[in-house]
Amino acid sequence: MRAVLSIVWKEFVQLRRDPRLFPVLFVSPVLQILLLGYAANLDVREIPSVVCDLDRSAASRAFLDEFVNSGYFTVRARPERMADIDPYIDGGRAALAVVVPRGFGDKLAGSKPASVLIIADGSESQTATIGVNYATSIANRRAQRIVFDRLERVRGPGPKPALVKAEVRVWYNPELRSRNFMIPAILGLVLMIMTITLASMGIVREKEAGTMEQLIVTPIRPYQLIAGKLLPFTLIGLVEAGFVIAVARLWFGTPLRGSLALLFLMCLAFMLNTLAMGLFVSTVSRSQQQAMFTTIFLVMPMILLGGFVFPVENMPPLFQLVSRAVPTRYFFVAIRGIMLRGAGWPELWPQAAALLILGTALFALSVLRFRKKLD
Amino acid sequence: MTPLSARCLRAVVKKEFRQIRRDPRSLMFMAFLPAFMLLMFGYALNFDVKRIPLAVVDGDGSRASRGLVDKFRTTEYFDLKAVLPRTAAIDPLMAREKVRAALVIPAGFAEDLLAGRSPAVQIIVDGSNAMSGTTAAGYAGAILQSYSQRITLQALARRGLGSAALPLQAEVRVWYNPELRSAKFLVPGLMAFILMVIVTVSTAFSIVREKERGTMDQIRISSLRSAELILGKIVPYVAISLVSAHLVLLLGQVLFGVGIRGSYPLLLLAMLLFLVGALGQGILISAVTRTQQVAFLFAVLTTMLPTFILSGFVFPIRNMPAAVQAVTYLVPARYFLDALRAVILKGAGFGAVWGQLLLLLAFAALSLGASAARIGRGDKEPSPRRRRARA
Repeated sequence: MRAVLSIVWKEFVQLRRDPRLFPVLFVSPVLQILLLGYAANLDVREIPSVVCDLDRSAASRAFLDEFVNSGYFTVRARPERMADIDPYIDGGRAALAVVVPRGFGDKLAGSKPASVLIIADGSESQTATIGVNYATSIANRRAQRIVFDRLERVRGPGPKPALVKAEVRVWYNPELRSRNFMIPAILGLVLMIMTITLASMGIVREKEAGTMEQLIVTPIRPYQLIAGKLLPFTLIGLVEAGFVIAVARLWFGTPLRGSLALLFLMCLAFMLNTLAMGLFVSTVSRSQQQAMFTTIFLVMPMILLGGFVFPVENMPPLFQLVSRAVPTRYFFVAIRGIMLRGAGWPELWPQAAALLILGTALFALSVLRFRKKLD
Repeated sequence: MTPLSARCLRAVVKKEFRQIRRDPRSLMFMAFLPAFMLLMFGYALNFDVKRIPLAVVDGDGSRASRGLVDKFRTTEYFDLKAVLPRTAAIDPLMAREKVRAALVIPAGFAEDLLAGRSPAVQIIVDGSNAMSGTTAAGYAGAILQSYSQRITLQALARRGLGSAALPLQAEVRVWYNPELRSAKFLVPGLMAFILMVIVTVSTAFSIVREKERGTMDQIRISSLRSAELILGKIVPYVAISLVSAHLVLLLGQVLFGVGIRGSYPLLLLAMLLFLVGALGQGILISAVTRTQQVAFLFAVLTTMLPTFILSGFVFPIRNMPAAVQAVTYLVPARYFLDALRAVILKGAGFGAVWGQLLLLLAFAALSLGASAARIGRGDKEPSPRRRRARA
């Protein structure tokens, strides 16, 4: 125990020696969550659009009013000719255009099928999909009302017209704010980046500086050295997690429906993984440069395959399989579950178990690897 | 100011190349990691929400309600996972993420429909992922709409009131990406993201390593000027990163069908400016830090999440609050990504992207200029090595 503590002390002294490190460690997570929490927003609202009315009839104006007042679109311009739409979409100033062709009003009055044209910029596929959905449903609603009016005018035999109304209820996140979904994951990512980068430099630095030989000749055992190296980072990580959770809760008002203690336990289980990964990198690298590239190689899948923005269930089966080895996948489910759904131990034990098993395996692997180096 | 000496520049370039050659693993990472990552993640990432797991509670059990359930069953957007007896049974399934949407048809649905009393069905959506939630609600709404339409059109036809066609049709045209594949949107973003991280990181150690090893003092007392040192250090990396950027472009075209619609020289210019800017950011980090550990932290913190979140890769910049939008101007990947999407997907010309190119140039000039100034000034505070020696 004394040996471990003395290593812990040595590490803290070394960390303090660079006066730029501590501000980076404690200020940057808070800055990151503040900035990224505001930015990570996938809500598609107020899609920039242009409308082009070639008919200029009462019917076309009524239709476009419905479009404009729906709240989903902001009208950037009302060009007079079709050709004037192109520069708006090419230049990215509008994502959607609605064109009412000439003869729209006459056709409707004469009970002939009329049509409107919806043009979308597909290069932003997400906005385009949702925008096209909104726009076609506005047109459909209009169509339905016209049919209804016609039926009202002529009362005849047979069933009365009726609609099926949709009553939508959204659970867990009634305003459908994507921020609530993103912030817990950003918390995990910030924590991961800090701990993994710190740990990945821990041992390779001693190798590069030539102090590893000195450590080898001391009576310290490998596991004591590793524990002593990783304890300070665990402490730092827990304090950072506390900061970031406080910002999420107090500043952004992200709900915390589950237990705070369980949340911290999950953070610990997650850090077991990230620290073990860092340690592994540190033992297989010969220079800090190599350690850096290897770390990035490991961090990218944690960001992209863990389900931060890209849902795991959308991925091809092979990648779903690969993502099982990615700790963030379990951690994101756990932290979102605790914060948004108030999930507890009965729902989340599989995630906790996966994190523990994965973490222990990674840890054992790097300790094994490290022992060989010492011999 | 005397002009830069070509001889000094050549000497630094040669030394850097030699040092890069000495560490083949890092060289491999710089050249091939971006392509490998595009290969890996290009397949994995998409926003195309399909087969949303659905639970159904059919409280009516009539022919009409079964017909509605069939409508949900036969689309590719929903995947019917469970038929439940009561609404209360949905809760545990949704909490475990077994289903993400539920359709509840109330008792008396068919009766109301026949009597013309427009019945309401309930659609319950798991909103914790707001994006899939919105999409699921949208799909369900569209299915219900088309179901209602069919009923009204039938009623219309039965009374001899015209054809079974809708009086108003929306005709949809999607430009640039007609199938609305999210890959076309995401692959350019992924390219910018990966290149930004790898390229910045590859120079982040270049100067701080010399400081840590004490060889920086040797350079400082030589007649080498800081501009020559920086240019000499950057040239080899520009070459390597250009190769790796082309590999990425090639993969994007061959594997993901994201071909270059616009002009290649324009794209090359954008890439060159962006790569120099990113390398400059790495050098700047290296110039202001004192240990490799802190340099690494800086490099990761300023590239990884900011590029992912603030460049417009997945999160539209126009959704962000004004203050955060202002911050995105500090992220060079933002301009690069704008230019990349415009040139690759839309075939835009110089006229559409000159603003982005100008900003990329400004970023490169600023980061390189700041590094040169910083190195020229030297570290005012004593380095850790010296401080230890004094103690």
